[in-house]
Amino acid sequence: MESIENLSYEFAYQQLETIIEQLESGELSLEKSVELYEQGQLLSAHCQKLLEDAELKIKQVDDTGEIR
Amino acid sequence: MQTFSVEEITSHIHNLFDADPTLNSVWVQGEVSNLTKASSGHWYFTIKDTKAQLRCVMFRNAAQYVQVDVKSGDEILVHGRVNVYDARGEYQLYADQVEPIGGVGDLYRQFEELKAKLDAEGLFDADRKQAIPAFPKQIGIVTSPTAAAYHDMQNVLRRRFPMVEVILSPTLVQGNQAPPQIVNAIQRLNDYTNVDTIIVSRGGGSIEDLWCFNDESVARAIAASRIPIISGVGHEIDFTIADFVADLRAPTPSSAAELATPNRDDLLIDLDRRTADLKAIFTSNLSVTQNNLSRTQQRLKYATPQNTIAQAQQQLNNQQTQLQRVIRQQMNRLNDRLSARINTLHTANPASILARGYAIVTDGQGNIIKSANQVSTGDHLTVQLHEDQLNVRVDN
Repeated sequence: MESIENLSYEFAYQQLETIIEQLESGELSLEKSVELYEQGQLLSAHCQKLLEDAELKIKQVDDTGEIR
Repeated sequence: MQTFSVEEITSHIHNLFDADPTLNSVWVQGEVSNLTKASSGHWYFTIKDTKAQLRCVMFRNAAQYVQVDVKSGDEILVHGRVNVYDARGEYQLYADQVEPIGGVGDLYRQFEELKAKLDAEGLFDADRKQAIPAFPKQIGIVTSPTAAAYHDMQNVLRRRFPMVEVILSPTLVQGNQAPPQIVNAIQRLNDYTNVDTIIVSRGGGSIEDLWCFNDESVARAIAASRIPIISGVGHEIDFTIADFVADLRAPTPSSAAELATPNRDDLLIDLDRRTADLKAIFTSNLSVTQNNLSRTQQRLKYATPQNTIAQAQQQLNNQQTQLQRVIRQQMNRLNDRLSARINTLHTANPASILARGYAIVTDGQGNIIKSANQVSTGDHLTVQLHEDQLNVRVDN
């Protein structure tokens, strides 16, 4: 998995859901459980940060296709 | 050969008119002539163009609602149904609406015609509608940068989902120049950007103000967009062709911005819940693992030789005790027997017999003399007494 900081909200949230599902299956080794749990915590914190820190960005596309 | 009465064939023609959908609801444009407004309230007139004319009747229950001043020579639009007036053998238009050319009625007619046409082409079909992405990264907005609606939308986006990036595709949203600009603005977003959703929008206004969103080229540009489009034009009560062809119709610009985005507050609540779930599931898994371990340790404890050893030890102890007891018994018995034997032996000891006064007689060779036959007169014998011995000679 790429660095969590670069993940989009949607992708990070999906990852979190996947981790929860995997943990729910209850068929993981202890090491794997701990690893997934820690990763889930990081993803959750990342999502939280994205939601709280975001500021609306506004650009404009002109006739020539230039986006500013 | 079959013959009809006049009434029969007229009735047959009447039925043909009844069965024709176009004739049952039609807008006709033409110039009014021979207008008579009867005292009964009914209007009788003819509309004509250079090639043809059509007799019309408008009964009082419709005529009384006509707002415009209609006179002979006016170019007008008439709505109604065309049917046969049996008594005169004539067909005529039974009018229920009259509108001046270029008025609102005309716009309404254009609207209905375009709507029917595009509907027939399938442009409004539900299966053409694209889904609106739940988590857009970028949203394209087709509107005028100076419009209040644009600022309303920014505010909604800032509040609900500020991680989204807005790409404005500016255009006029009013007047004759608006439709080609709107078309261009939609195409620009499709050609040059990868926005997830497009909002096509303007604020409220008169029907003429909103008219560019009833333009056929705008409708077709919306239909052709590869990117899903939300329309948000005017107020809640305003419906435009753009609304019908868009993938999703929002009643206002602000609500278009809402429909385009998830709500941050909802997301935060949901994230909190899922994070708590994560923790709970992990903790529960951990305690299951812990329990499994305890159970296994318990089993291991019973499975180790410890217990067997203890049992064997116990057995061994028992047996040792038993053995000791048996040995002691045996020893006692042997002791008893030994004592008895010693007694016997003691009793049998010749010395003890000598002590009771008996004597042992032996010859010179040590043979014990048990009979007189063994000796002769003059033999020297030894008499062993208890304390010492006598040397004797046999004299008889």
